Amino acid sequence: MRKILKYSFYDLMRSRWSYVYFLFYLLLGVVLLFLNNDLSKAVITLMNIIIILVPLIGTIFGVMYYYNSREFTELLLAQPVKRSSIFLGQFFGVATSLSMSLIIGLGMPFVFYGIFNSSAIWDFSLLLITGAFLTFIFTALAFVIALSNENRIKGFGYAILLWLFMAVIYDGIFLMSLLYFEDYPLDTFSLMAIMLNPVDLSRVLILLNLDISALLGYTGAVFQKFFGTNFGLVLSSVMMMLWVLIPTYFIWRIAKKKDF
Amino acid sequence: MVAIKELYKKFGKNEVLKGIDLHISGGGIISILGPNGSGKTTLIKCILGMVLQDSGEISINGNPLKNNFKYRNEIDYLPQIANFPGNLKVSELIAMIKDLRDSKATKDAELIELFKLQPFLNKKLANLSGGTKQKVNLVLAFMFDSPLVILDEPTNGLDPISHLRLKNLINSEKQKGKTILITSHILSFVEEISDEIVFLLEGKIYFKGSISELKTKTEQPDFEHAIASILTNSYA
Repeated sequence: MRKILKYSFYDLMRSRWSYVYFLFYLLLGVVLLFLNNDLSKAVITLMNIIIILVPLIGTIFGVMYYYNSREFTELLLAQPVKRSSIFLGQFFGVATSLSMSLIIGLGMPFVFYGIFNSSAIWDFSLLLITGAFLTFIFTALAFVIALSNENRIKGFGYAILLWLFMAVIYDGIFLMSLLYFEDYPLDTFSLMAIMLNPVDLSRVLILLNLDISALLGYTGAVFQKFFGTNFGLVLSSVMMMLWVLIPTYFIWRIAKKKDF
Repeated sequence: MVAIKELYKKFGKNEVLKGIDLHISGGGIISILGPNGSGKTTLIKCILGMVLQDSGEISINGNPLKNNFKYRNEIDYLPQIANFPGNLKVSELIAMIKDLRDSKATKDAELIELFKLQPFLNKKLANLSGGTKQKVNLVLAFMFDSPLVILDEPTNGLDPISHLRLKNLINSEKQKGKTILITSHILSFVEEISDEIVFLLEGKIYFKGSISELKTKTEQPDFEHAIASILTNSYA
C-alpha cells in the first residue's frame, strides 16, 4: 500500500489543482490576517469557510481522482498488488495531499503572523486538525460513492448531494426539529444529532473552544458542560475517528468484491 | 499452465461466460477470437483476477487464484485501452511499475530501443499520441520476463513498422518457451502468428484447435472465410 500511496501522492502534488487549492488557502490566510488584524477573529472566519469548503473539495476531488485514474487502476490491478492496497493507497494519497494543502496553505501566513507567540495557537491547531479530519472523512465517502457507481455523472451527483445534505440540509432539519419539539427536553437529542454529522461536530468543537461560546446562552452551557469535559472531547474524537474508519472499511469491502 | 473449469460470469442479467472449460499447456501462441461481446476480455480479466467469477475455478500452474495476488508476478498483461496518469513522464511510469513489481531483471532499455521511444522518455504521458501510448503500454507489458503473457488487442493504433516489430517481438518471446494469449480482430495478424485458436461464441468455447483444423471443420479454403462461416451459421 505504501508504494501506491507514494505514487498517488506524487501524482497529485504535481497536479495544478493541488496548487490552486494551496494558493487559495494561502491567500485566504493572508487576506484574513491583514483585514482582521486579530488572530481569534480570523480563526472564526476561517472556521466558517473551512467547515463548508473542506468537505466540498474533499468530495469533489475524491470522486474526480477515482474516475480519472480508472484506467490506470486497471493497469495496477493486473500487477501483483493486493486490491485493497490499491484503493486504500489512492484514498490516503488524495486525502493526505489535500490535508497538506490545507495545513501548509493556512499555516504559513499564520506562522509568519506570529501564531506561536499567541494564545490562539490551540484554537488554530484545533481548526487545522478538524479540517484534516473533514478532508479524510469526505474523501473516504467520495471513494465509497465512486466505487459503487460506474456512471460518472451519477457518482458526481450523489457526491454533491451528500455534501449538500451534510453541510446544509442536515442543519435545516435539525433546526426544524428543535423548533417543532421545543416543549420537550432536547439536550440529549441535540447532542446526539451533532455527534452524527461530522460537519456539525467540527463546528461545535471549534466554537466551544473559542471565547465566543459564552454568547451561546443556555444551550451553549449544556454543550460546554459536555464538550468542555475530557469525556466530551474523547467522545467527539472517537466519533471523528469512526467517521473516517467506517467509510474506509467500506472502501476495502467494496473494492474486494468489484469487477473491473 | 492455465486451467479453467466451468467458468460462469454474468453482469447483472447479461450472462457473459456460460461455462468455459479451457486448458492451456505451456508454450506457444494462443489467440482468443470471437465477435464483439463474446466474452474475450471478460475471460482474460477473470484470469487476471480483475473480474471475479460467479462460479468455476481457474488455476495457474496448479495454484487456484482465489484470494491470491502473488500469482500475477508470473503474468504480463497488456490492457486494451492504454491510459496512464497524465502527470507522469514515460520514464517515471516505467520506473514506477518496476518498483511495484520488485523486479530486478527487466529489459525495458531494449524495448525502448526497439520501439524507438527515446525521444518520448521525458515527455508527460498526457501529451503522447494514441500510438505512442500503445508503445509505452507494450514496453510495460514485455519488460518482465514472465512465463505467461496476455495481450488484449496489441495492434491497436500501431503504425506498420511498429506492427512488424511487435510481430517479431512476439515470435522471439515464443522461442523462449513462453505462453502468449492474444485477442485481436485483425485476422491476418492472428493467422500469421497463432499456433492455436480458441473461438468464443456467446460465452462458450465454439472451437479450439489449429487454424488448419478450423479450415477443415468449416470446409473453407482460407481463414477469413472460415471465421465468417462460423458466424453466419451460428447467427442464421
